[in-house]
Amino acid sequence: MKVLVPVKRVIDAYVSIRVKSDGSGVDTDNVKMSLNPFCEIALEEAIRLKEAGTATEVVLVSVGSADIETVMRSGLAMGADRAIRVDADNDVEPLAIAKILKHVVETEEAGLVITGKQSIDGDNNQTGQMLSALLGWSQATFASEVVLEGDSAKVTREIDGGLETVAIPMPAVITTDLRLNEPRYPTLPNIMKAKKKPLDVIALADTGVDAAKRQTITNVSPPEARSAGVMVGSVAELVDKLKNEAKVI
Amino acid sequence: MTTLVIAHHDNAELHASTLNTVTAATQVGGDVHVLVAGSGAGAVAEQASQVAGVAKVLHADAEQFKDGVSVEVANLVVSLAGDYSHIMAGSTTSGKDMLPRVAALIDSSQISDIMSVESADTFKRPIYAGNAIATVQSSDATKVITVRPTGFDAAENGGSAEVAAIEGPAAVGSTSVVGRELTVSERPDLGAADIVVSGGRGVGSAENFKIIEGLADKLGAAVGASRAAVDAGYMPNDYQVGQTGKVVAPNLYVAVGISGAIQHLAGMKDSKVIVAINKDEEAPIFQVADYGLVADLFEAVPELVEAL
Repeated sequence: MKVLVPVKRVIDAYVSIRVKSDGSGVDTDNVKMSLNPFCEIALEEAIRLKEAGTATEVVLVSVGSADIETVMRSGLAMGADRAIRVDADNDVEPLAIAKILKHVVETEEAGLVITGKQSIDGDNNQTGQMLSALLGWSQATFASEVVLEGDSAKVTREIDGGLETVAIPMPAVITTDLRLNEPRYPTLPNIMKAKKKPLDVIALADTGVDAAKRQTITNVSPPEARSAGVMVGSVAELVDKLKNEAKVI
Repeated sequence: MTTLVIAHHDNAELHASTLNTVTAATQVGGDVHVLVAGSGAGAVAEQASQVAGVAKVLHADAEQFKDGVSVEVANLVVSLAGDYSHIMAGSTTSGKDMLPRVAALIDSSQISDIMSVESADTFKRPIYAGNAIATVQSSDATKVITVRPTGFDAAENGGSAEVAAIEGPAAVGSTSVVGRELTVSERPDLGAADIVVSGGRGVGSAENFKIIEGLADKLGAAVGASRAAVDAGYMPNDYQVGQTGKVVAPNLYVAVGISGAIQHLAGMKDSKVIVAINKDEEAPIFQVADYGLVADLFEAVPELVEAL
């Protein structure tokens, strides 16, 4: 079974983002870029399936300009066998991404898609579910445990208030939550090897998908800052402030 | 212009997030209908009909909707979508799981997790874990939207909407829920509580979290935890407040032994009043706190419980 892992390049999770003063977006110039953390977890899960003999090949796929190839190489260094980049702008909307991925899943004849539940830039949490719907495949989101059993899968999902386990027939789209696994760090030899792994480029036009935007982002602003509070000297003073000033208890 | 709100429920009771979603829907303008898809969920439909601002409740009662499986509910919503200008669900795990399927199947680009309605086609939503706010205008004929519950007040009771029974499409039947492990607690739901008391790595152990729970019980509060506390195994993941956990905005948020990583702040900085208790006076949590107390939590919290 071939496993397809859609990934996204994002601003590194440990970078404090800066909103551009003209309100046009978030500054990405000279900022460290990385694989989206949830996508790394997805990739780790796929690599483990290959190591267990369940998957035959792990194919990384991403949509964007040539700029994203650097982080795609780090995915290859983790252990993906090869990669496909669909050449497009870096801000294609999730619906169009899902349509593009559908095309890739079908041409690659993949049997399973594992992807992150959301990217930490747009925080949309849409692509996996949309892909599942467009393909007519099973869906299991927010996975914290995945057990493949022949033609079906048991997936434990992180839901509000606890955990839920679903049984689904394959093929399926699974999206990953944080606790599914701990992604490995690429070793130096694997980083070297990754430079020679195949990274094919497909033109957007060849997917037949219209990626025209349906949404306009008219403004991006920093969140409202909280005004500085006061330090209190004792528990008694705290209780007094909460009762008489803030009136919340 | 009519908005369809997909109710979140457990076949017995309407989830609080649905009330916030109804408020978002009323702000769009036009009528608001609520869809209750469940099995034996008549009481939920009845409850939804009493929410102020709701003009009609559509009640689909079938076995396939019992567990809220997204494939089944999404197909039902798609079958109704033609009648609506907007389709909304709360950004709960069930809304997030289900609604993008609807968006894809009706070819609409979803707007996720809105925190305000600017007009019928323009919304504000947090990006980068709330470190930036985007204003998004949609050109799709049918707007498909998930709603951040903390961004909107809960709709009140006082309505008397008609409840119409509807038939859903045939069941897909492929997904079965084989188990659920839900946290059972006497305390209020973390996402809907008026007061939240959270503990961080500073609490030191799962055993020590009893101190946090003691304060929560005194205040009638929900208990939360930082990611550091969850990663350390002090508390289960569904208690996690932050970018990778739940986003809360209670009237009072008490952060105990929490340093205030960006990750955590993203989940609680919209709280009305924030109290921080930490022995490290340099902790970033004090920069967002309304009231800060530099103290050893093992002394300050019992003293606080005593004083309340």
